Amino acid sequence: MKRIVILGAGTGGTLVANRLRRACGDRDVSIQCVDHDDRHVYQPGLLFVPFGMARPEDIVRSRRAQLHEGIEFHVDDVERVDLVSNAVQLTSGRVLDYDILVVATGAVLSPEETEGLAESWSAGVHSYYTLESALALESALTLFDGGRLVVNLVEMPIKCPVSPLEFCFLADSYFHERKIRDGVSITYVTPLDAAFTKPISSQHLAGMLAERHVEMVTEFNTARVDGPGRKLVSYDDRVVNFDLAVVIPAHSGAPYVTRSKDLGDALGFIDVDPHTLQAKCAPNVFVIGDAAGVPTSKAGSVTHFEGDVVVRNVLAFLDGRELDGSFDGHSNCFIETGFSKAMLIDFNYEVEPETGHYPAAVGLSLLKETRLNHLGKLMFQWLYWHVLLAGREIPGISGAMPLAGKHAPRPKEEEVSS
Amino acid sequence: VSVETIAGVSLELNDEGFLVDPHAWSEAIAVELARREGIATLSERHWQVIRFMRAQWEERGEGPNVRLLGKTSGVSVKELYQLFPKGPAKLAAKIAGIPKPRGCI
Repeated sequence: MKRIVILGAGTGGTLVANRLRRACGDRDVSIQCVDHDDRHVYQPGLLFVPFGMARPEDIVRSRRAQLHEGIEFHVDDVERVDLVSNAVQLTSGRVLDYDILVVATGAVLSPEETEGLAESWSAGVHSYYTLESALALESALTLFDGGRLVVNLVEMPIKCPVSPLEFCFLADSYFHERKIRDGVSITYVTPLDAAFTKPISSQHLAGMLAERHVEMVTEFNTARVDGPGRKLVSYDDRVVNFDLAVVIPAHSGAPYVTRSKDLGDALGFIDVDPHTLQAKCAPNVFVIGDAAGVPTSKAGSVTHFEGDVVVRNVLAFLDGRELDGSFDGHSNCFIETGFSKAMLIDFNYEVEPETGHYPAAVGLSLLKETRLNHLGKLMFQWLYWHVLLAGREIPGISGAMPLAGKHAPRPKEEEVSS
Repeated sequence: VSVETIAGVSLELNDEGFLVDPHAWSEAIAVELARREGIATLSERHWQVIRFMRAQWEERGEGPNVRLLGKTSGVSVKELYQLFPKGPAKLAAKIAGIPKPRGCI
């Protein structure tokens, strides 16, 4: 019997487990999945919680219930992975031996990496990347009647890199609805030199911030968060004052990665071949989702698109066949822009987000605010629980990025590195 | 892309001033690229970071971000900002002649 062990039962772990279970059919293969709790959070929903647009019960379900029959699920922490003996040591003392390991444990928040941040929660400093913090921020926003709101991402990479921009757009909309927008200043503070990472979308997004009177502070590398003093201080000693700050902490891989010899880098992310998603440290280890050190967004859509290749390659490895190197870095995301509108961006390792339509010439508008995109974003949650996690195909949505419908002329003369 | 003569060598630079071909790099080119960025002299601490960036690029195909640099180069994040003001990972990569770190996506 071949043993497949999957670490993590979030987006990537669940969809890979379910697809592998189906693909393996009658083969003599065992699939075991491990996660530290039984709470599967629909992470895109967290953005809506502070604005009272989503409730916890809408976005949290049982992990176990998303896994199909024939998949064994352990609630346990991972102590370490031993790449030499092909075994996972769990905190309970249990050991899982594997023939193939799939790492899908995502990214964790590391507020301790920024001086003063961990001590500043509740001293005017909030976040929304966990359910608990998003709920605390909802209360804080309710009590906020005016003053300086600052939104800061400490460092890239973060999960869903457009999310802090969406937060600014939704905050603008929210304060308008409360009829106090004139008394609130909103400032977006980023370590990047622009609103986003790629030129065309950066320009669009910067324009949208300006239209909404959101001030932008760029190349701000947060050295220190001073909650009691209500200020952010950068490494080059610039200061941004606030009354309420929303800070997205630096991200790391799951803690066991750095405890495991040779598995990941010093931040806990795992080097992989960007096209096959096979780990560089061991041929029988594959990585999906935020845990992988690949040069594309840390986002659920990427994880979804990676699923095709990871499943195919796990099966190819079992059969001793050549791996599929077709993952192209495909990423897309709906960007909530407030007032019940949203826009969509679609890109990959080589092609930056641009205007046009997705998935083809007729489809959702790219880089353009529409109500349909907003409905698409809301509808996506249903697809997530019922189709994506179950590992079924979403009609018209494939792993590889479509070029039909995109406006820029091709082939491009040169690629601009980001 | 523009072609410029740096330290006596004709080199291609991209729009942001990064070397198009990292293999064309030399220490003399680093000195000149640093001067263009306002770093008049490269100290031994600068060189430690620059050599580390080169080694990382040779091993992994890209340079590390600031936090990874702070954890692995032997130079603290605070000192990195003193040596390479504003964006150490970006600036050190540029002087080391390697591509802009792609961590920022």
